[in-house]
Amino acid sequence: MQKKDLWLFVLILVIGAITAIRQPLFLSPINIANTANLVGLFGIFAIGQGFVIITGGIELSVGSIIAILGVIFIDFIANKGVPWPLAAVVVLAIGFVMGLVHGLLITKAKLQPFVVTLCGLLIYRGVARFYTKDATAGFPFGVNFPDLETITTGRTDIVALLTGGSAHSIPIPHAFFIMLVLAAIMWVVLHRSVFGRYLYAVGKNEEAARYSGIRTTRVIVAAYVICTTTAAFAAIFFAMYTRSILPSGHGNFYELYAIAAAVLGGFSLRGGEGSIIGVVLGTILLQILQNLVNLLGIPSSLNFAVMGSVILIGVLADQQFAQYRQRAAVARGRIQARPSVAEAAE
Amino acid sequence: MTAPVSSVARSQPSGAPFLRLSGLRKTYPGVVALADFGMEVRPGEVIGLVGENGAGKSTLMKILGGVVEPDQGTIEIDGVEHKALTVSQSINAGIAFVHQELNLFDNLSVAANVYIGREPTKFGFLQLVDTDKLFETVQPYLDRLGATFSPDTPVSRLSLAQQQMVEIAKALSLKSRLVILDEPTSSLPIAETERLLEVIAGLKAQGISVIFISHRLNEVVVASDRVIVLRDGNLVGTLEGDAIDHDIMVRMMVGRELKVDHRPPAIRDGATVISIRGVCTTTYPTHQIDLDLQAGEILGLAGLVGAGRTELARVLFGIDRPHGGSITLNGEKMHFATSADAVRSGVFLVPEDRKSAGLLLDLSIAQNISLPNLRAYARGNIIAQDAELEQAERSRRELDIRTANVAQRTASLSGGNQQKVVLAKWLAMKPKAIIFDEPTRGIDVGAKAEIYDLMRKLSDSGVAVLMISSDLEEVIGVSDRVAVMHEGRIQGILDRSRCSEENIMRLAVGKPVEARISA
Repeated sequence: MQKKDLWLFVLILVIGAITAIRQPLFLSPINIANTANLVGLFGIFAIGQGFVIITGGIELSVGSIIAILGVIFIDFIANKGVPWPLAAVVVLAIGFVMGLVHGLLITKAKLQPFVVTLCGLLIYRGVARFYTKDATAGFPFGVNFPDLETITTGRTDIVALLTGGSAHSIPIPHAFFIMLVLAAIMWVVLHRSVFGRYLYAVGKNEEAARYSGIRTTRVIVAAYVICTTTAAFAAIFFAMYTRSILPSGHGNFYELYAIAAAVLGGFSLRGGEGSIIGVVLGTILLQILQNLVNLLGIPSSLNFAVMGSVILIGVLADQQFAQYRQRAAVARGRIQARPSVAEAAE
Repeated sequence: MTAPVSSVARSQPSGAPFLRLSGLRKTYPGVVALADFGMEVRPGEVIGLVGENGAGKSTLMKILGGVVEPDQGTIEIDGVEHKALTVSQSINAGIAFVHQELNLFDNLSVAANVYIGREPTKFGFLQLVDTDKLFETVQPYLDRLGATFSPDTPVSRLSLAQQQMVEIAKALSLKSRLVILDEPTSSLPIAETERLLEVIAGLKAQGISVIFISHRLNEVVVASDRVIVLRDGNLVGTLEGDAIDHDIMVRMMVGRELKVDHRPPAIRDGATVISIRGVCTTTYPTHQIDLDLQAGEILGLAGLVGAGRTELARVLFGIDRPHGGSITLNGEKMHFATSADAVRSGVFLVPEDRKSAGLLLDLSIAQNISLPNLRAYARGNIIAQDAELEQAERSRRELDIRTANVAQRTASLSGGNQQKVVLAKWLAMKPKAIIFDEPTRGIDVGAKAEIYDLMRKLSDSGVAVLMISSDLEEVIGVSDRVAVMHEGRIQGILDRSRCSEENIMRLAVGKPVEARISA
């Protein structure tokens, strides 16, 4: 765990403690379960967003992907009678292809990530609305998918499971566990694998990475594929969680939640910096903030304002702290200061 | 302005010194960066400042620029004593810097760059830029420098030397009395260097003093009235007039004599490793290149900047696609779609720009070394960090990379040691051919010799070495053969007996060598 992550963790504990003191309901089983569910749902695609941000790119179409793929998934299993595992594979495949297209447009056609994915945001949203003729997509009365529902929205009491029912804790929604498993896998990929090292290298300095014989195009395309595929995965979970999807509103701003979680978690939008633990903690903090707005009786219209303020303060504090450390290091003569004149005579 | 360089440079400056440094001392914990340093600057004087990296040049410059405060000593400007300068005091005193990496906006015109931040305006509070007046004001400064480009030229269209002229024009417009040039010639081709030396002579003739920092001692000899040699923060000595001598300076800088002595190759007439036939690069899509590179040799590739040498290197390394023609590696046709293919085939490139292309400065030394061959350090795609560190430790010993710890960020190393890390990346693999693009630019004399040794060791082990260099001393001293490029073509190939500065220069500007050319 990096120092940055540790500070974020401490911040979460402090904010959590303050909220719990002001409003004991914060620690009620139902609230914990709900918050864990949302952390799981948002965490799944925030991790994917993290991969793109590490390359120095951005993926703005996540929310629209969650809407369009959610609509398609529900339509397939509820109206068209497609078996749900097949529908899930199709949805994941579409997500995969979306990332492939974004990645190729960015690397081969040399378009800017912001532009490509902004167009994705608009196109997918439009298509989603057209697909249902702007109507809400949902399940007809009495249609059920017990297995799918258990996987996506079921809850398990871990303590009860481990002790064979002799002890009990809070039943936690499966989305949270699945997010944890995904995070663990992605942690190995990002922090221990060859591909992960390439991602950092490409994000820090694409030119130097290319001169080291790395296929930078592949690395960048893979990052977008990971991002949109996790978004597709999340789309299934959101569809089963909400059970009805209004294509004009479902998933709105979700890409910004993911970006905010990554930034809070220590990612740099310039690329080359960030960790899985960071983005997961960032997601947790964002959800706690939303929860706190509800619980403490702050007008819910201020929701975004609270989130924005906390991110701004967090990033500002991080910046100040980094500068302070830099100055301290310069004073100790370890790092060369880099004002313009400092370049002289090296 | 265009008077012969030597006669202007040697005429004695007159007048009392306007800048006097005495007893300057600056220490950082554990290091004396500058010890009891003193010097004077008279109007119209060209002072060479030489010393290896870490000799104290940059600390001295920072003190003059008002960025660093000395611990002891005084800075006297026009008789007024200061303990330390602020940045604005430095500017007001007429001290201007032209840095190695230019600080120009290449999307703006020459005039806009000269007057950036102090544009003449019209229409009162509307603050519209008065473009006509801007161009009018800048023109005389360009005339004084003998510049042939106009004030409305976009900076992006200028050569490097011309861009330096823009920086100097900016200094003139600030009424500078002392222009400090930091490594101005290290990235300049030969012809442009001459041009810059003329500009320096011109400044001198106009009574403007110049401090000229350079690793290229031949130019220091030509340009300077006086040379100050620093070593480990100490003033080793001052050479004046005819006493300024290349070998003496080197001896003073390093405490031992150093010259690029050609070491004959162990392998002669090795097999052809890379054969280039009819290849064209993007810059000169109609000019074909034919060149053979043999095992065991160091082939120098000389030419003016822009002759297409770096472009050729990029094609060989798979960064750019060639326009037609064929390249064979050990008799087999190569089709490099990306640099990854080149790396897999054993063709490596040490790029021109170490900091932006050669290394990832934020990664550790070990991570940089393992990067091109990362799968060799991984089991099932998971990186084994011990294996990485082990290899880095081996490289550190083999190449004498001076660092306490190979897990340190590469940014913390000096230029010479960074270049060794770039080399270590490729030496840890099995090279068949290595291309060095300006391998010793901005590297101090001691580290240069080590790099040359490494190149020779590589060639002696059967590797084909192609060395692109704009430093003639280096080209002549290191290469077994020299190919000279001119506008995208190989203008001629010289064997050792005919590698003279004159022959290379003639070929570089597109003329034939007097006698027969072995091609």
